[in-house]
Amino acid sequence: MINLVFDETTKKFLAKIEYISGINVYRCFQCGRCSADCPSINMMDILPNQVLRFLQFGQVERVLSSKTIWICASCFTCTTRCPKGIDVAKILEAARQVNLRQNKDWLNINIFHDNLTEEEKEKIQKEKDINIIDGKRRAEFPTIALVSATRKLTA
Amino acid sequence: MLDFAYYPGCTLKTTAKHFELSALEVCKILNIGMSELPRWNCCGTVFSLSEDDLMHNLAPIRNLIRVEEMGKSEMVALCSMCYNTIKRANAFILADESRLKTINDFMYKESHKYEGSVKVLHLLEVLRDRIGFERIKKYVKKPLTGLKVAPYYGCALLRPEGAGIDEADNPHIMGDLLRALGAEVIEFTADRECCGSYHVVSKPELVYMRASNILDRVIEEGAEALVLSCPLCDFNLDDKQKDIIEKDTSRKPVPIFYFTQLMALAFGIEKEKLGFENHAISPTPLLKEKNLI
Ligand code: SF4
Ligand code: SF4
Repeated sequence: MINLVFDETTKKFLAKIEYISGINVYRCFQCGRCSADCPSINMMDILPNQVLRFLQFGQVERVLSSKTIWICASCFTCTTRCPKGIDVAKILEAARQVNLRQNKDWLNINIFHDNLTEEEKEKIQKEKDINIIDGKRRAEFPTIALVSATRKLTA
Repeated sequence: MLDFAYYPGCTLKTTAKHFELSALEVCKILNIGMSELPRWNCCGTVFSLSEDDLMHNLAPIRNLIRVEEMGKSEMVALCSMCYNTIKRANAFILADESRLKTINDFMYKESHKYEGSVKVLHLLEVLRDRIGFERIKKYVKKPLTGLKVAPYYGCALLRPEGAGIDEADNPHIMGDLLRALGAEVIEFTADRECCGSYHVVSKPELVYMRASNILDRVIEEGAEALVLSCPLCDFNLDDKQKDIIEKDTSRKPVPIFYFTQLMALAFGIEKEKLGFENHAISPTPLLKEKNLI
């Protein structure tokens, strides 16, 4: 039997994810169904089932810094298909929340970026792993799109 | 006569006006009372998935207080996302008495405390369960004969369990309605797929990918138009389709309808009231070809 020993930070974040989601990550038996049915995996860097696997092995940082948790749009396909009844979308939400609650956004619609050049914007986007939406683009969206995006992707 | 509290939501008052207008016309004909909440607020559009987060349930529950104040026990939504968010918030708050108490304590300035008596419904459920599709057939003056339509459900009408209005992996509620209107229904293989949702703001390439895939399947499987009930799906599949076609002009345009627009058309309501001019992909050529306008 493998005995996993986690450091304090790992323990803290893993407990946080389990607390926010209300899910015990060790219930996942790695069948891969969630990833097989997810419509957005080709834009993700780790698969939804790998999110569960990394958490089981205490690799919380790999999950928290992944693109996957932001790309997931909470479509609940995985949630309805998991044979163990795990609400996978909630795990991904909890990982987003851990970042958001530390003030890490993934979207910025702030007007102060409107005067930046394309190069300057590109630089900030890369450095901070954030998506900047300028005034020209902001105006194009219906309320439903802006409210849901900012609710999901900003602190 | 059926008499419901009606929650419109933000987008039905702006970019999806034609959804609201056509729905209210249809309800008038079917004798479904829809009294708009006298003072409503944004529902938040997405249900909070965090177990420890009561705060984001305040907005939906405040709307349900209004419903109780109106003396009504059932609230109808048209927008799939509003429906899903308010329905789930209601279930979340009622699952635990202490949640209900905390949320009521927080809204101490409300003269009425939420009692948890409200049932949240989507208009499609009302049409199926309270009117019945057989009865709807009797109101059809201009059957949609020859119009090949693909009903599209997306996420919020079907998932997760408990929030869905139909079988999550075998939905047919919208297809059954459209058949009652005389249309030829193509139940296509991408009908439950996510359109990319709010990533139209943050990761538009994801939405272009998802929307192209959904539209390809509509065409390949033999439908001429897609029918839905979500203003965000509509934006991604109609407005964004315009961009997709600009990049690839060989693509066949697929008009996108709200289910209520097609009901209204079949019920003989003048086309001027149905907002066909609000579409990014004009449905006029297709409707003219089928002699429907
Ligand atoms: S479907 Fe469920 S059990 Fe299977 S890998 Fe995904 S989370 Fe684990
Ligand atoms: S909820 Fe997220 S992870 Fe699950 S199938 Fe949808 S996009 Fe993929």
